[in-house]
Amino acid sequence: MDGALRAYEHWVTSYRRLWRASIVSSVLNPVLYLTALGVGLGKLVNHGPHPLGVSYVAFVAPGVLAATGMQIATNESSFPVMAALRWTRTYYAMLASPLRVRDILIGHQLYFASRVAVAATIYLAALAAFGTLHSGYAIFALPVTVLVGAAFSAPVAAFSAWAPKDAYLSALLRFGIVPMFLFSGTFFPVTRLPPGVREIAYATPLWHGVDLARHLTLGTATWGMSLVHVAYLVAFAGAGLVIAERSYRKRLVL
Amino acid sequence: MSTNDALIHARGLTKRFGGLTAVDGIDFDVSKGEAFGFLGPNGAGKSSTMRMIGCVSPVGGGTLRVLGLDPAADGPAIRGRLGVVPQLDNLDNELTVRENVIIYGRYFGLARRDLRQRADELLEFVQLSERANDPVEPLSGGMKRRLTIARSLVNDPDVLLLDEPTTGLDPQARHVVWDRLFRLKQQGVTLVLTTHYMDEAEQLCDRLVVMDHGKIAEEGSPAGLIQRLSTREVVELRFPGDAPVVESSAFNGRVARVEVLPDRVLLYTDDGDALAPIAHELLGAQSVLVRRSTLEDVFLRLTGRTLVD
Repeated sequence: MDGALRAYEHWVTSYRRLWRASIVSSVLNPVLYLTALGVGLGKLVNHGPHPLGVSYVAFVAPGVLAATGMQIATNESSFPVMAALRWTRTYYAMLASPLRVRDILIGHQLYFASRVAVAATIYLAALAAFGTLHSGYAIFALPVTVLVGAAFSAPVAAFSAWAPKDAYLSALLRFGIVPMFLFSGTFFPVTRLPPGVREIAYATPLWHGVDLARHLTLGTATWGMSLVHVAYLVAFAGAGLVIAERSYRKRLVL
Repeated sequence: MSTNDALIHARGLTKRFGGLTAVDGIDFDVSKGEAFGFLGPNGAGKSSTMRMIGCVSPVGGGTLRVLGLDPAADGPAIRGRLGVVPQLDNLDNELTVRENVIIYGRYFGLARRDLRQRADELLEFVQLSERANDPVEPLSGGMKRRLTIARSLVNDPDVLLLDEPTTGLDPQARHVVWDRLFRLKQQGVTLVLTTHYMDEAEQLCDRLVVMDHGKIAEEGSPAGLIQRLSTREVVELRFPGDAPVVESSAFNGRVARVEVLPDRVLLYTDDGDALAPIAHELLGAQSVLVRRSTLEDVFLRLTGRTLVD
């Protein structure tokens, strides 16, 4: 673990050079989303009977929170991982020291988790300001968002280390992440999806994250379903790490 | 030399990639304080050998001991005592020059407090003190290579591994790098380097092996190899088109050996000045040059090819 922390230190040190820009966007993004979706779109949706049982902004906010975890984690673990292997060759610099492949992998993953945690904290504060947190359990949406991030950053890092060229990463974002963002219950309940498609949505890690975060902020979480969600996300993160260590090793240790 | 006092000890060292045998059963020993070189053309197996010594590539066959330890069992411990200057720069471009040294030192578990002072000393040594707080990106190729060398010394390594240390640098920058490496050698740092530049090998190496097709063709000191495998001098004749085919017998015993290259004929002799006018008259070359034998000639003799195409 000591080795992983030393690798982590590298990424945090580099990040200090560009944190200002990213902090601005992590404050600005949720505020823009909540204003547009909650106040704008919500005005239309909230008309008539309340099918969701809560205001639209309260419904959509935890969804966007979980989806933000996915997006930050995916962005950070796609091109930057490929860069560290091929362009900047940062991983090779690390490997010339006592650090092991596993330290290099875990150190980078810890950094992704930190990025998600910082953004999620700001986001949750914004949600509180918008009055969309209906329960004290909402605080647990923070670790849940970090877990969503790990469920993406680990498999995406595995994919990015394996990918033969950078076009594969663009394809993953376009055909994997964007559809998931739109159809995994972030903006509307997946029960609205036609049968067949709905099952696909249930299988995505994002849906499990969205559903759990939503029940936590609305105070409707149950132990059973919450544990299922957590287990599903942990499984994604764990399998991702195992595969990522293999694909890292294949690239780094010839 | 016994196994015990060799810092690096290899017997039958082999590396295969699929069907390709990159390193084909080589033997060598590197002792403390020595500057040891692998000389050979691209693809000779030098970098593969370096990666195995650097414990980032598993040994494919044979025995390798680095600092008395087995890379397969003690890779991280060995790497902690090595310094590595890779062929391709992997500096942190978004960090400053000083931060590059400090963060690299952190990989070795060194304390930040000690590293600040260490970084200043090392940047002084590689003549980059004035750039300490500048970002890396705008530095010249020679400065980046010197920074990479400073970084590789952060853990006060027992052995410094340099893979093609001056490839891609202009002549002036190369000389600055050589000067620094020579200074390290004087301080008793053990250097192991690969190069396909014979002048680099002659300048820096106490002892070297000539590699070709994954095998070691010869071993010795630069001067010893030249003395053993070449003549004292070379008469080099240039031709505008194809060089004529000549036999050494045409020169009445004055020429020990002839090499015919596409545009040149090399005549190996002990007395170049005496031979040059005779050869010029006989062959009618465009230009004639008398020079001392170099490792390039040794390589040509061993492999029938030139080092740099």
